[in-house]
Amino acid sequence: MENTDVQEVKRHIRVYLYTFSALAVLTVVTVAAASLNVAVGTGIFIAMVIATVKGTLVAGNFMHLFSEKKLVYLVLIITVFLFFVMLCIILSTINDQVLSVS
Amino acid sequence: MALMRWQLAYPEQPIPWKVFALVPMLVGVVVFFIGRRKGPYLSMAGFIFIGIGLLIWYFVLGETRMPEGVMLPEFYNSLGAMHGTIMVFLGIVPLSVGAFGNYVLPLQIGAPDMAFPKLNMASYWVFLLGGIMMLSSFFLPGGAAQSGWTSYAPLAVISPGQTVWLISMICIITSSLLGAVNFITTIIQLRTKGMTWMRLPFFVWAQLVTSFLLLLAFPPLEAAAVLQLMDRLASTSFFMPSGLVVSGQVLTEYTGGGSPLLWQHLFWFLAHPEVYVLILPAMGIVAEVIANNSRKPLWGYNSLVYATVFLGFMSFIVWAHHMFLTGMGATMATFFQTTTMIISIPSIIILTALFISLWGGSIRFNTPMLFALAFLPMFGIGGLTGLPLGLAPSDIHLHDTYYVIGHFHYVVAPGTIFALLAGIYYWFPKMTGKLLNEKLGKVHFWGSFVFMNGVFSPMFIQGFAGISRRLWDGGTTYLHAQPYLYLNEMISVSAWLLGIFQIPFVINLVWTLAKGKKVGDNVWEATTLEWSAAPSPPVPHGNFKSEPEVYHPAYEYSLKSNGRDYTPQNEPLKG
Amino acid sequence: MEIPYTVSPRPDTGIHNGKLGIWLFLASEVMLFGALFSTYILLRTSAIDWPLGSDNLNVPLGTFNTLILIISSVTMVMAWASLMMKDFNKYKLYMGLTIFLGILFLVVKIAFEYAPKFAHHHYPSTNTFFGIYFVLTGLHALHVLGGILVNGYFWGPGSKMWKKAPQQFINRIEIAGLYWHFVDLVWIFLFPTLYLL
Repeated sequence: MENTDVQEVKRHIRVYLYTFSALAVLTVVTVAAASLNVAVGTGIFIAMVIATVKGTLVAGNFMHLFSEKKLVYLVLIITVFLFFVMLCIILSTINDQVLSVS
Repeated sequence: MALMRWQLAYPEQPIPWKVFALVPMLVGVVVFFIGRRKGPYLSMAGFIFIGIGLLIWYFVLGETRMPEGVMLPEFYNSLGAMHGTIMVFLGIVPLSVGAFGNYVLPLQIGAPDMAFPKLNMASYWVFLLGGIMMLSSFFLPGGAAQSGWTSYAPLAVISPGQTVWLISMICIITSSLLGAVNFITTIIQLRTKGMTWMRLPFFVWAQLVTSFLLLLAFPPLEAAAVLQLMDRLASTSFFMPSGLVVSGQVLTEYTGGGSPLLWQHLFWFLAHPEVYVLILPAMGIVAEVIANNSRKPLWGYNSLVYATVFLGFMSFIVWAHHMFLTGMGATMATFFQTTTMIISIPSIIILTALFISLWGGSIRFNTPMLFALAFLPMFGIGGLTGLPLGLAPSDIHLHDTYYVIGHFHYVVAPGTIFALLAGIYYWFPKMTGKLLNEKLGKVHFWGSFVFMNGVFSPMFIQGFAGISRRLWDGGTTYLHAQPYLYLNEMISVSAWLLGIFQIPFVINLVWTLAKGKKVGDNVWEATTLEWSAAPSPPVPHGNFKSEPEVYHPAYEYSLKSNGRDYTPQNEPLKG
Repeated sequence: MEIPYTVSPRPDTGIHNGKLGIWLFLASEVMLFGALFSTYILLRTSAIDWPLGSDNLNVPLGTFNTLILIISSVTMVMAWASLMMKDFNKYKLYMGLTIFLGILFLVVKIAFEYAPKFAHHHYPSTNTFFGIYFVLTGLHALHVLGGILVNGYFWGPGSKMWKKAPQQFINRIEIAGLYWHFVDLVWIFLFPTLYLL
């Protein structure tokens, strides 16, 4: 039991180091991408995609989410869903204003 | 509140403040001494705040508040804002979630304690800190917050007293967040052997959904409070629009570019789920008391559970029905109107299931049952009167009138507070091993019931007449209000009588604690674990003498003919 | 009676209490920072003009800080892995590194980013861009500070638990790690949003 734990951990460490390299590279990429001559919307899209990939790597590998139990997934999915609900509904409502409020 | 009611009944006349001061302070002191001897800190803190919330002006009386005893509009507004804040965040939530939740929940699921006892204590002390700060704001130079409990920008940003309100709210919100983490973890992880999800008492389900609401809806308000604090202290313009003119002068210290609407969105994103936080534990309590005192299983337990979970989800997408009058476009108004109508369905399912649970039951009309029974029609009125408010066209006329005040008080006052009182009478024998006096209880009930209705039902009429809320003179300056001003005095008299009828309750508490005789562990002959498996009061560390195991659903009343009309959840199955 | 599942996982959920607790707390933090992100988006989309992040903020320093936090995330998880392999000294090394990197992040932020801003009279009140920049990064910095304090406790006086209750200590480090990674994750989104867009 203990030995397999140690082997498991050693395998995890390799994953951590690969993840770190990926994150470092992506950081450079995101800074470089910012100097591209693209429309604002495209720029935001690219930046958010890269950030999401980085975030997924951190959450999945460092925070062990890739191998986590269903219960934790459920909590997180509800939360992320709610965040998007909050964001989208607030933006839609303010954009749907009939009278302009600053 | 008593002060406010005097002001509304007799505007521009001096108020006999000495009477108002001494009575509740006495009550508060008595309650405090009771609380010291017995466990639930939070219930006592809740009571104390409700008491103190009424009358700390005894210390603040002065020229800036009530010169020659006549209340100034600013002070009236402070009382209004603080009354709302204190009742919601320092009264009901600590009582229903902090006190009842913390005390009853572990017992009902068969757990020895909450999952994180130290976190729990941290949650309490942060709450107390926030509460004391909130109350102390009355004594500060600018006075207490006076922009409503809703603290709309830009008014709240430039009004006195708001900074302490914001800091206190941050403390209180943090306390709720820590508590919510504790509750959810406890319910998921610490259910005892055999306590499956569908065997849980409904009270536990109500607390679970409530905690999710607290966990996920409070943080945006915390963020907004930080932003408003920055607006006040660092002159940022998160909520300050460009070119704002106050008293004829343009405000120069703000660069503008902010959005007052943003505050409203972030505030109501919490505050709507907050009202379900206020009602769900109450529904849980009522369900427990009704099942027990009708000696029948709850009707539609599964529907109750699904309706409650659905209600929790829906509560996050209805909030802007508080904002129909902000210039909202038809598309979003339709959206919010629709979701608001949909959310009334689970509430109706819950109320109906509770009503039907009475059918064919062998009803015991003891005091907790009286309060629980009264909850049903009172909450019904509260809910029904909410429908015109949830529909945008009718809300245009009723928004910010006394109709709204009538509606939400019906839900919270003869609604939630009655449920909490039912809970106190029901679980008092669990906490202390003594039964509260029935005669005093019935006097308390009938007086409260009659005068609650006396206070809040005329408000619907005033609202239809178009009398706005938050008016320091109760509408005297408005022509359209004149025919209905006589109701102000009626409401005020009912309010004071309502207050007087709480005295038998306090006497009951003190006298029973001191002199009441001991009763058995399961005086109500209940099936749920807190009654059937734990002594009264429970074992100080560990709740139970030995780990209970559950074999039955939660409300097995009158189902087996074994000489008793109930089967406790932890009674082993016979061979 | 002891509180069950503080160390060993509960069979049907598969996790111990602390892990559920920290994920719930992190969910609330997602909503907290999410609300501030929403504020940023709202203020920016409704603004007449909005300065370019790279015009006002120091991108190289921001990039440096991003890498610092990412490295600290690696050292944090290595600290946990060392404990899993029963190497307490390695744990101390990695945890110490994590704390040091966290402090470095704060030093760069406060001394080399905030201080020059204030010197140039760029305050939160200057415009809404700076307002939301200071609030977002300031709140994040407070969270970094909190993490440093917790990690410091576990490096110092808290590490005594390794002798008495090793599995419980490992769980605690894992939980502290989850919080620390979350703080890193928020910055991963903050950095491009504020500095690059």
